[in-house]
Amino acid sequence: MQLESLYQEIILDHYKHPHGRGLRAAADPADRVGEAHHVNPTCGDEITVRVATDGGTLHDVSYDGMGCSISQASASVLHELLTGRDAMEAFEVHEAFVALLSGRGQVTPDEDVLGDGVAFEGVARYPARVKCALLPWMAFKDAAARAGVGASPTEVKA
Amino acid sequence: MTTIAIPPGMPQHDDVPRYDVAAVRADFPILDREVNGHPLVYLDSANTSHKPRQVLDALAGHYAQHNANVSRSVHTLGTEATEAYEGARAKVAAFVNAPSVDEVVFTKNSTEAINIVAYAFSNASLRSDADPRLQLGPGDEIVISEMEHHSNIVPWQLLAERTGATLRWFPVTDNGRLDESGLTDLVNERTKIVSLVHMSNILGTVNATARITARVREVGALLLLDCSQSVPHMPIDVVDLGADFIVFTGHKMCGPTGIGVLWGRSELLAAMPPVFGGGSMIETVSMGGSTYAAPPARFEAGTPPIAEAVALGAAVDYLTGIGMRAIQWHEKQLTAYALDVLGAVPGLRIFGPKVPVGRGGTISFALGDVHPHDVGQVLDALGVQVRVGHHCARPVCTRFGVPATTRASFYLYTTTEEIDALVAGLEQVRKVFA
Repeated sequence: MQLESLYQEIILDHYKHPHGRGLRAAADPADRVGEAHHVNPTCGDEITVRVATDGGTLHDVSYDGMGCSISQASASVLHELLTGRDAMEAFEVHEAFVALLSGRGQVTPDEDVLGDGVAFEGVARYPARVKCALLPWMAFKDAAARAGVGASPTEVKA
Repeated sequence: MTTIAIPPGMPQHDDVPRYDVAAVRADFPILDREVNGHPLVYLDSANTSHKPRQVLDALAGHYAQHNANVSRSVHTLGTEATEAYEGARAKVAAFVNAPSVDEVVFTKNSTEAINIVAYAFSNASLRSDADPRLQLGPGDEIVISEMEHHSNIVPWQLLAERTGATLRWFPVTDNGRLDESGLTDLVNERTKIVSLVHMSNILGTVNATARITARVREVGALLLLDCSQSVPHMPIDVVDLGADFIVFTGHKMCGPTGIGVLWGRSELLAAMPPVFGGGSMIETVSMGGSTYAAPPARFEAGTPPIAEAVALGAAVDYLTGIGMRAIQWHEKQLTAYALDVLGAVPGLRIFGPKVPVGRGGTISFALGDVHPHDVGQVLDALGVQVRVGHHCARPVCTRFGVPATTRASFYLYTTTEEIDALVAGLEQVRKVFA
């Protein structure tokens, strides 16, 4: 069934066993913390992403929300890929993920950059679900900007 | 299993109107197509209905044979187009038993129809000489309910903002019925308008309006019923309903998109100031000011959706030919069947009435913890088209503590086999997300 390209094992696994779920206070009180709450108005999914950083390294990317398997698995992957990363590096990963999801299935993902994020390749072929996958990543971008790293939210060409 | 089908041979058998569902399905070209390698199972008619060949032919036929602008040409095509457009108005008026053809205002959809009423109130509130029934200010109240579609919420929120009036809400019970226990407090001498859904697009509830109508009359307020989900599915008689306005939309009743209806009592429409200004809605225009046409033209500024109105007339003919009573009964049987088989799906929770009484063929549910988006996606892979999300009725989702629901909705062409396909699909969903 073609459905398997959408609901890959990796996605279902992140959905059923989310990594790093729950909003956390910064471990280092000197960290700057930014938070953003995003909703998908068409389906009511929502997510809050919190970024704790010293300006160079993202010490924690924590999140909480409710939504479909795609949006929740995407948040879990976001946490896993970006926590502990250098901020500049994190934005490269962010850019690669957005490019993959905006690519209508024509972009081949690089596993070295995207890790488990490559599993979202199939989602890009379902235009109705692209927003689900990007929801946590767009919230991350805003949260990071509020914590003083990165810029304004990325334009999505979907 | 509950069954409300009356076996042939019983004396009551002949009392129930019936039609040949297979023959009806043959009228709808789209029902022949496949989706993702499976026969189409369309369970999203509350969202939009499909269109029979008769309606598609009327739409194309109008453009092919009678295309011209209406109400302004002396030439033959203009006369034909005007006759077709006004003929459609007469069909729609008869369909809801409107006392006068001029009580039917063509709009873009139900949303526009509600906004016209809300803005007429707004405009009347700015004019000292307007009908006081249409004037709102601080201290006045507008009453809606928790089970409204956003199109019957936001126009009133905006009206309340513009005028300083207060918006109040009927609550919804745990069973998804309108909670009328606070009726006398909620609808009182400060109330100017009550705007209520006749059949909920998410819960399927059909509201019994008699007590509310009586209370509205007692306090001298006005009543608007959003009949978007009821006019397509049951006989509607505006005289019987006793409302002041009803709204409905063409695309949910086998008609095209882009055409809707505002029905209003003659004397009320006549008292309403215009909302949109432009051609067709005027009496005379001078540089010093303008006077306005009588309803319905007063509310139909600009070139209207002519072909769409004509096709809506064809849809009304089509539905009348089958019989609204028969369609209502068919859907009642489907609903009884669906409530039964869905109720037997492990972990399935229905939002709204669980008995096929005082409800229509629109059933919202949750399947365990599986998100509706995921339910809808797996069903789609099997050709089953359902709506997932908040159904433009977020207050209902909030009321029942869910971000979204999955909704299956039926129409005159729906079969019990399609409901079986839904249930089989839900089994597949459970497997994927077990």
